[in-house]
Amino acid sequence: MDWELLRTSFWPMLSGGLTGTIPLSIASFAIGLALALVVALMRISGQPVLSGIARFYVSVIRGTPLLVQLFVIFYGLPSIGLTIDPWPSAIIAFSLNVAGYAAEILRAAILSVPKGQWEAGHTIGMSRALTLRRVILPQAARVSVPPLSNTFISLVKDTSLASLILVTELFREAQQIAAFSQQFMLLYLEAAAIYWVFCLVLSSGQSALEKRLGRYVAH
Amino acid sequence: MSPTDPLLTATGLRKSFGDTEVLKSIDLRIDAGRVVALVGPSGSGKTTVLRCLNGLETPDGGTVAFRGGPSVEFGGKVSKKEALSLRDRSAMVFQGYNLFPHMTVLENIIEGPVRVQKRPRKDAVADAERLLGRVGLAGKRDDYPFNLSGGQQQRVGIVRALALQPDLLLFDEPTSALDPELVGEVLTVIKELAEEQWTMVIVTHELAFAREVADEVVFMDGGVVVEHGHPDQVLRDPREERTRRFVQRLLHPF
Ligand SMILES: Nc1ncnc2c1ncn2[C@@H]1O[C@H](COP(=O)(O)OP(=O)(O)OP(=O)(O)O)[C@@H](O)[C@H]1O
Ligand SMILES: [Mg+2]
Repeated sequence: MDWELLRTSFWPMLSGGLTGTIPLSIASFAIGLALALVVALMRISGQPVLSGIARFYVSVIRGTPLLVQLFVIFYGLPSIGLTIDPWPSAIIAFSLNVAGYAAEILRAAILSVPKGQWEAGHTIGMSRALTLRRVILPQAARVSVPPLSNTFISLVKDTSLASLILVTELFREAQQIAAFSQQFMLLYLEAAAIYWVFCLVLSSGQSALEKRLGRYVAH
Repeated sequence: MSPTDPLLTATGLRKSFGDTEVLKSIDLRIDAGRVVALVGPSGSGKTTVLRCLNGLETPDGGTVAFRGGPSVEFGGKVSKKEALSLRDRSAMVFQGYNLFPHMTVLENIIEGPVRVQKRPRKDAVADAERLLGRVGLAGKRDDYPFNLSGGQQQRVGIVRALALQPDLLLFDEPTSALDPELVGEVLTVIKELAEEQWTMVIVTHELAFAREVADEVVFMDGGVVVEHGHPDQVLRDPREERTRRFVQRLLHPF
């Protein structure tokens, strides 16, 4: 085994992870989650047009490959005169994708809160919006943490696709060093190991968050 | 309007769900400081009446008028705001408590006063603590609802309603989700409120309690008020056959 290569390639890859993979994941997830909330609320609004749009959006996002979505935005849009740089392209594609999946999670979580909670909010004089914010969403957040964590972990791994639109992140570093050194097995396994460690850290973060949000329910 | 007018007058309330007409012209008048017990068989529309009074449900027709406003006439074009304004005058205590599970007892109670009524937090907390002390739950202010017994949760539910300082308290079977040994502690609290001249409408199957606490009993069946009057009269010597049968069934279930 080429320990020297392992050592010299580790830092560029890790830094690709820390300056590429992680910020890309966090930014896309944050934007995607905000969008998802809008889509979820449209979906349960009871307004046929809004909920129709939301349903259509979710269907398209979930029914098409992420790689194709990424390519449409980065390689497709320039042909209609809209050229977007790699980083923003990646963030747009990943956010829109996360929104499609997270919208369904949030919708189910909101609907899982008992109707009596809405009524209790209303009887103390809260509007729908205030009840949603103060009563419903905090409870929906608790049930949606596990599925949303899975979405986030998938996203972290999926950001490796951004290497195909020239974003410098963990996997692109690995590809470049591999091409140069011709040590494909070693470098791709090393990349896999780093992704794995990232995901392990995230999973333990998920458990901590679940514990925190679950402090008010019986165990 | 004079001060001797009823606190609340509901006239001709109608409500249908799909094809089922649940309320067929309900009239109610509730004088300030009085306790009305609303009784009747399951499905007779008792909960729906309370919900209409509290603006949780929009009647198809009729009016709900509080002394000093709001007065809302349903049926035509009722603005959402108008219907919701009913909530400023009354507060509901639910059969299933419906406490906010993610908030402590104290947070449950001050949520409305602070977030909706915009009262200073310090005052709301002081009020909440005083009210909790009165229902024997002073030590529970920082507990989460899941740590409380059903009876304790319902007492918090009552305090949450009281903290809004409403003119009218609405109780929907406040003890029917409770284990029998916990019913007494909740009924005691309600009785004390009656003694303090709170105006209340209580849906209940506890006829002995109704007779003791209520100034008036309203018997509903099939979406209409069949009979109403003094508890002793309605519950001991009903005029209507339907009332008689209902009372008999409750007193002698088998
Ligand atoms: N949201 C709703 N949609 C459809 N039907 C409803 C709805 N709410 C109530 N109903 C129906 O209206 C009727 C009256 O209901 P309501 O809850 O007011 O009765 P109730 O007198 O409170 O009965 P109970 O003693 O069982 O609580 C019932 O037949 C019920 O099924
Ligand atoms: Mg009922």
